[in-house]
Amino acid sequence: MKRKQKRALAEILISGAIFLVCEGLSLSGVLPAPTDGYDWVTLCVFLVPYFCIGWRVLAKAARNIAHGQVFDENFLMALATVGALCIGEYPEAVFVMLFYRVGEWFEDLAVGRSRASIAALMQIRPDSANLERDGAVVEVSPEEVAVGDIIQVRPGEKIPLDGVILEGATTLDTVALTGESVPRDAEVGDTVISGCVNQSGLIRVQVSKVFGESTVSKILSLVENAGERKSRSEHFITRFAKYYTPSVVIAAVLLAVLPPLIIGPSDFSVWSTWIYRAMSFLVVSCPCALVISVPLSFFGGIGGASRQGILIKGSNYLEALAACDTVVFDKTGTLTEGRFAVSEILPSGDVSPDDLLRYAAGAEAYSSHPIARALREAVAKPLEEGELHPATVEEIAGHGVRATVGTVAGSSPSCLPSRQVLCGNRRLMESAGVAYAPCDRPGTVVYVALDGVYAGCLVVADRIKADAAGAMEALRACGVTRTVMLTGDGEAVAGEVARQLGISEYRAGLLPGDKVDCLESILNDSHRGRGSKVAFVGDGINDAPVLARADIGIAMGGMGSDAAIEAADVVLMDDKPSGIAKAVGIARRTLRIVRQNIVFALAVKAAVLILTALGVLGDAGMWVAVFADVGVAVLAILNAMRAMRVK
Amino acid sequence: MRKVFEMEDLDCANCAARMEEAIRKIDGVTYVNISFIAQRMTLEADDAVFDAIAKKAAKACARIDSDCRVILK
Repeated sequence: MKRKQKRALAEILISGAIFLVCEGLSLSGVLPAPTDGYDWVTLCVFLVPYFCIGWRVLAKAARNIAHGQVFDENFLMALATVGALCIGEYPEAVFVMLFYRVGEWFEDLAVGRSRASIAALMQIRPDSANLERDGAVVEVSPEEVAVGDIIQVRPGEKIPLDGVILEGATTLDTVALTGESVPRDAEVGDTVISGCVNQSGLIRVQVSKVFGESTVSKILSLVENAGERKSRSEHFITRFAKYYTPSVVIAAVLLAVLPPLIIGPSDFSVWSTWIYRAMSFLVVSCPCALVISVPLSFFGGIGGASRQGILIKGSNYLEALAACDTVVFDKTGTLTEGRFAVSEILPSGDVSPDDLLRYAAGAEAYSSHPIARALREAVAKPLEEGELHPATVEEIAGHGVRATVGTVAGSSPSCLPSRQVLCGNRRLMESAGVAYAPCDRPGTVVYVALDGVYAGCLVVADRIKADAAGAMEALRACGVTRTVMLTGDGEAVAGEVARQLGISEYRAGLLPGDKVDCLESILNDSHRGRGSKVAFVGDGINDAPVLARADIGIAMGGMGSDAAIEAADVVLMDDKPSGIAKAVGIARRTLRIVRQNIVFALAVKAAVLILTALGVLGDAGMWVAVFADVGVAVLAILNAMRAMRVK
Repeated sequence: MRKVFEMEDLDCANCAARMEEAIRKIDGVTYVNISFIAQRMTLEADDAVFDAIAKKAAKACARIDSDCRVILK
């Protein structure tokens, strides 16, 4: 609790106690009841707790009026309670003031709590860096470290700046950045991201980015500035509040003056009844419940999402995500890993699958082509030096490669016998006159011939991410009705991936420019339906124009990719597609909370205003009104705090 | 130039919205955003007159909510 809150609590308790004593005296008849609106003795007694609790409000109202700020809540409370005192409703005046302060106190507490928990979500800011300088290690602030400097990170410390490991190996805890609790291994040569926690070993890191440019700063500034892009609901509330308070005040004045003038201008009890109703109007007129709880919900939603490794750049995007019913995917790097791997080995004749793979890998041992790399990675035991013959390797551009692989028979039983290998596409087989069996599996087919005889083929394909299928199901479950996959790959591959994942539509063979056109047409379809939004998910590297064109651009794998963080509206820190459904879920939940608060607060206030004007509430009017104001505000804030809790 | 200022005792969200509006009307202010939750003000104005404008903005805030202080650093 802050000092200010402690002081407020003390004031509330003391005034409350005095108020109870006064009320007791008044009820037991010691103090005379006010007749015709006033009784000086009773008034003076009740003024004690009134000033005790209300002086701050009165003083602030006076100060703000002096500054030309008339319609603020302090003024409303001052006016309402002074009005109540004038018509002899002394306990009401004190109680309203008391309850108002209690409500404010709770409000302060709740807002403070949510501020603190949002700040806790973002506990990734490193405090210091251990810089190696002139042979010694000094502790400096991360801002002081320059690119190329070498820092040490001890176990248990946060990595303060992005860099590359020069020495040491460790496991990194990335949970604060990605929400992923499985630690990842890092060793010499690996890039490390600031904000991760070094778990096991001491590492020396060469810094590659200054603090302001490093991942942790980018994330922090992104989340802290998320409030700048306001959602429609927030704009609505601000506009609403601007007109709401003055109109209620005008209505209150009319209510206080008009009916008595018409009914009985000379009758005090008529005046006091209507003034009382007007005062209740004033008490209910503060729009606090809305102006605090709506931005708080959005902020909570954004904060909660960031803990899951989902960065949302503004509450407008949270709003758009909640209305999203179409998700367009880029294939490579988004749904698939963007790395080729051997998916099938189809030997022909009596060659074993393992041997087929080893011959192919041996032939491609010196190529940097991604397909060649995939073949080499698929081999369980690397080929030995004696099995490779670099001098014999002959690249045949656009076709494949010819090489001798294997050792001369007899040197070792576990080694491959020496063969001349032809490894490449159909054209290679045809030009070499090899009788091969065409294969139409999705992916890139690599045909292999040994000593001029067809030995089988290998299919190399981009692997679908492990959680992609689950992600599609989750999206469907949360109401995304249309999923489209865009890819530059051929029809066969695209169709196979779409079928495996259950994606409803796909467009294959697209050039980068075509993707924007495709998205345009999808946007047109979708916007015909009212208010529905289209999200595009890409890896943020070469699809920036598409990310920008979509209603919501979602970039995947933000860890370490600046381009993605800049271009997109939503960044998934890890590269798992399941984050999309999670983001939509969080957005829907947040919006639901916002709507609950708006409807609840407006409904309660409207009901109280109408009931008061009609006089249904009678003597309880002001008590109900004060609940409708502060009580509702506190409930709305408590509800808003739920947005932060993301499972 | 764009700078972020911390704000102390910003207790009323409605006030934050009104402060924003008041600061926006100050001559030379190109951008302003007050985050009630983060208790911070982002102010953008011409470099030459930035400090004077920041002072004016702080005054405007004090006028709307006398408890709230902008920490000018």
